[in-house]
Formats: sequence, structure tokens, C-alpha cells
Amino acid sequence: MTTVTAPAPASAARRANKSGSPRRLPKLRTVCLAGGAYLIGLFFLLPYIEMVVTAVRPGSELHDRNLLPSHPTLASFLNIWSTGLGSSLATSLEIAGGATVLVLLVAIPAAYYTARRNFRGKWIFLLLVLITQMFQPTAMIVGIYQQFVQFNMIDSIWSLILVNAGFNMAFAVWILNAYFSAIPKEIEEAAIVDGCSRIGAMFRVIMPLAAPGIVTALIFTFIAAWNEFIVALTLTTQSGPRTLTVKISNFVGEYNVDWQHLFAGSVIATIPVIILFALIEGKVASGLTAGAVK
Amino acid sequence: MTQSTQAQAGLLESAPGSDDRPRPSGPRRGAGRRVLRALAPLPWIAPATALILFVVIWPVVSMFLTSRQKYDSMGFDQGSADWSNFSRLFAEQDLPGVLIRTGVWVVTVVALTVLISLGVAQMFNKEFPGRRVARWALIAPWAASVVMTSIVFKWMLNPSNGTILVLLHDLGFMKNYNSVNWLASQTAGFSWEIFVAVFVSVPFTTYALLAGLQAIPDDVYEAARLDGAGVVRTYWSITLPLLRPALLVAALINIMNVFNSFPIIYEMTGGGPGNETSTSTLFMFNTQQTSIGEAAAMSVVNFGFIIVIVLLFLRASKWNSAED
Repeated sequence: MTTVTAPAPASAARRANKSGSPRRLPKLRTVCLAGGAYLIGLFFLLPYIEMVVTAVRPGSELHDRNLLPSHPTLASFLNIWSTGLGSSLATSLEIAGGATVLVLLVAIPAAYYTARRNFRGKWIFLLLVLITQMFQPTAMIVGIYQQFVQFNMIDSIWSLILVNAGFNMAFAVWILNAYFSAIPKEIEEAAIVDGCSRIGAMFRVIMPLAAPGIVTALIFTFIAAWNEFIVALTLTTQSGPRTLTVKISNFVGEYNVDWQHLFAGSVIATIPVIILFALIEGKVASGLTAGAVK
Repeated sequence: MTQSTQAQAGLLESAPGSDDRPRPSGPRRGAGRRVLRALAPLPWIAPATALILFVVIWPVVSMFLTSRQKYDSMGFDQGSADWSNFSRLFAEQDLPGVLIRTGVWVVTVVALTVLISLGVAQMFNKEFPGRRVARWALIAPWAASVVMTSIVFKWMLNPSNGTILVLLHDLGFMKNYNSVNWLASQTAGFSWEIFVAVFVSVPFTTYALLAGLQAIPDDVYEAARLDGAGVVRTYWSITLPLLRPALLVAALINIMNVFNSFPIIYEMTGGGPGNETSTSTLFMFNTQQTSIGEAAAMSVVNFGFIIVIVLLFLRASKWNSAED
């Protein structure tokens, strides 16, 4: 909602400024600044615009040397299911959804308890979380592969859910810890005095107040798992479930690359993620550095 | 007021977990209670700890063990290899090039990213109409899958009709199509990969620096202006020093991300021709297809570097003092 209304007051202010401002110089500076900023913004959007443009190119115009197709079509989006990208979309959804649920299930209690209480071993736990946040599966992919071969879990969706949850839990613990710490103890105590159990107070009072943090953790984990590549590439085989990133990457390796379908799939996979991410942008930067700068 | 809160807090202190359980009686009661109190955090943090141990710590151990094991061509365990995986790795002809390239990759990408982000953050920190929209545009490369971003760049660089080449041709910088195939050559391919790595790293870094810039109070700038400091002097003596914590953390996170970066090079050149555009991460992955023991040895080496970064990060973060 705010996303739609936000630019309006800004442009209104500019109009008001235009009509009766005696100062000319700052205005010119603002115009240059805004122009430069829009250009930078546009520059960072270009590859994604090209993604959309290629996806709406008809097959016959795929190799034309024009910047925009003369007969744009949505055909690639409509027959995306016949390319096998549809089932990959489902696989990615299952894995990202599963990892998100698992992260919230384990991170909420841990973040709540560490925010509210001092206990022996708390610093070890927090250190473990902070180190985990810095680790990435890429560096230990050989170990991850050996581990899941041992457990006979190659080509299993569960192995991907587990790995994605494990490597993204740290961020969720940090951001939720910050939110829980910011909620005054008194609110919770009042609820308990009023007859709530401790768990009841957590669900009825604390969780609603920490909802923005929970949403941030949810979206962040989902996107990270959705975009994950090297683990999915390593832990699945040709005959197993393939996530969208792996499927699209394999498309590129084929002899005759079906670029317009490939990019139609990429658009479906990318645009919603960018919009979701826009909702939490401010919190993510501070969340990623939360363990570090207090 | 404070007294009653303290009393309530004291009351609540003994509330969770331990109180609901039956207490052992007699002389051992004190000890039993202590054990119960020590166990009280378990229901809350055990699942998270278990997940970390299983998903993060186990592979580290497994990786170390694998680096000392011998495997046949089918991947079957052939007993201890002692250090032979490492000696084979260090005898690889490509290794020196790979290591040098990894250094160039990390230093160049992180330095360019931080420099560009400093400028962009400074710009986006100023008030101008439509700032929100401009900032949102910057989110795209951060939120989008790096795999997809890399593939789009590969497509835009294809020699016969890639958009970048079409633009260069139309602007008169290039005479014939199909005359340059950048991704097939070492220097040009690796340079474009550095470009894409910077492209996907700038958004997060800019946002992290923006958060740092917003934390600098206005009256510091006011004081500088009253003292007659110019723009450059203010930036150098006020902004940069106050931005240092954010800058340091952003740089360390970037070093980690860029060192671990896999999809860009994998998608754009696959580390080829040969291993000519491989970093140590790519080299590890490509070696994994032929010799898992040697790949494990490479990852142990990589892991050593990562531990150094983590230690620097822990020092920079002062997380221990944040506890008190």
C-alpha cells in the first residue's frame, strides 16, 4: 500500500517547489542528482529488462539484431509447462517453502530465549550462529555431498530443505533476536499477570509485535533458498528433482538453447522475488550486519 | 514502579520449564535443581543447535576426513590416503594460476564494489523526488538469482546478436558482428565476470553503507560547516571515519561472498578455456567431477582462508562486548 502512495507526495512537493521557489541553484542540483540516480537505477535494471524483452520475443525474431521485438508475444509464458520448467517451479517452491517453515520453527524459540534470558552457554550458542552466518555451503560442498551420499539422500527434496534451512537460520535468529529484545518485558509480564501462560503470552502478545521481523526472516529465507544453486546442482542428478536455477542452467548447456522459454522461466522466477524483496529491503541490510555493528 | 517490575521479573525468572517438572527431594535436591536449570534452555535452543551441527559442522568434519581418504575412479573408499590428495593438488600445473586469479578476483571485485557503493550511497542518501523508486531499482540484482543474472549477461554478450554488441555496433565502436567472442578468451572473459560480480555486489553494499550514513547525526555536519570545512574535507574527516564500522563489515561480508562466488564464472565461462578463468572455488568444483579426494583437499585450503575472514569478522564485530 505504502509502495504505491509513496512517490505521489514527493512529486507533489516538487510541483509546489516549482511554482514559487526563489532559490534556483539548489533546484538545479536536485535535478542533476535525481537524474543521475534514475540513470543508476535504470542501469541496474537493464539485465532484467532484457530478460523480459527476450521472453516476449517470438521464436522467429530470437536472433534479430533489434533492441525490441517487432511482434512481441506471450507465447513463451503460456507454453512454459511443456518445457519441464513448470515442474522445476514446483520443486523450487517445495524446497524454499519447506526451508522457510523449518527456519521459523527453530529460529523463533532460539531467538526468543536468547533475547529474554541469560543462561550458561548462551555466548557459545550466539558465536555458533554468528559463524554460521559467515559460512556458505559453497566452501564445504564436497563435505555436504559426502554427507548426503552417506545418508542415501541424493535426489531427495529433504536434503535440500535441510541444507537451505541450516545455512539461512543464522540471519533469522539475528533479526528475530533484535525484534524480541526491543519488546519491553513489561508487556509480556502484564499479559501473564492477566492470566496468560508464558507460551500463551508468546503467541498472543510477543509474536504479533514481532511480526515485521518474522516477515523479514520469512521472505529472506524463502528468497535465499529459491535462488540457491550449487547445493541443488550437487545433490540432485538428471533423473531427480531439479530446482528452477539448476534446470535453467542446464538449458543453457544444451546444443540449441531455447532462450525465449529459458527467459520466460527466469522472469517468472525473478520478478516476484524482486517485489518481495522490496518489501523488506531496509531491514535486510541492517539485519545482515546486525551481528556485527550494534 | 521499578520495584514491582523487578519483583515480577524475579518471579518470572523461575517460571519457565524448570518449575513445571517434578523436583527430586532430599539432600540431592540442590544439585538436581542446578542440572534442571542448566537444561532449561534446551527445548528452546536445541533444535537450532542440532540443525547447525548437522548441516554446517558435519560437512566440515566430513570434508576434512575426505581430504585424507583415497577413492578409486568409481568413488569407492580405498582407505587412508595420508597427505597424497594434498601433494597431488599442489602438483597441479593449473594451481598457481588459479590461486593468483582468486586473489585478483577477490581484491578487484571487492575494491571496485566498495568504491562504487560509496559513491552511490552518498548520492542515494541525499533528498530528491522519487528517491524510493530509484533505490528500489537497485534491489533487482541483489534479490534476483545470480545464476539468472549471469545467464542474461552471457546472452547479452553472445557474438552474433547480443544486446551489448548490438549497442556497440550501432554506436560505431564495432564494425562486424561475430568478430569478438569475449567469453571464449581468458582476459576478456574474466574481466566481464569481474564486471558481473561487481554488478551483483554493489546493491547490498550500497544499502549497508546507506544504513551507516543515516546513523551519522546531522549536528556533526553542522559543526563541520560552522568550522568552515569544505565538501571534500567534510567527507574525508567526518563521513569516512564515522562510516568505518559499516564499511569494514560490508567489506568483510563482500570478501566472503566474492571468494565463495560460484554461479557467475560457472555460467559465463565454466572456468574455461581449460582452467584459465577458474578461481579456487571453480577449481574445487571441477576437480570434484574427477577426484573427490583432491577436491576435498582444495576445499580444506579454501576453508583455511574462510576461517581467517571469520576471525577478522569476529574481531570487527565486537560481538562479545555487545553482550554486556
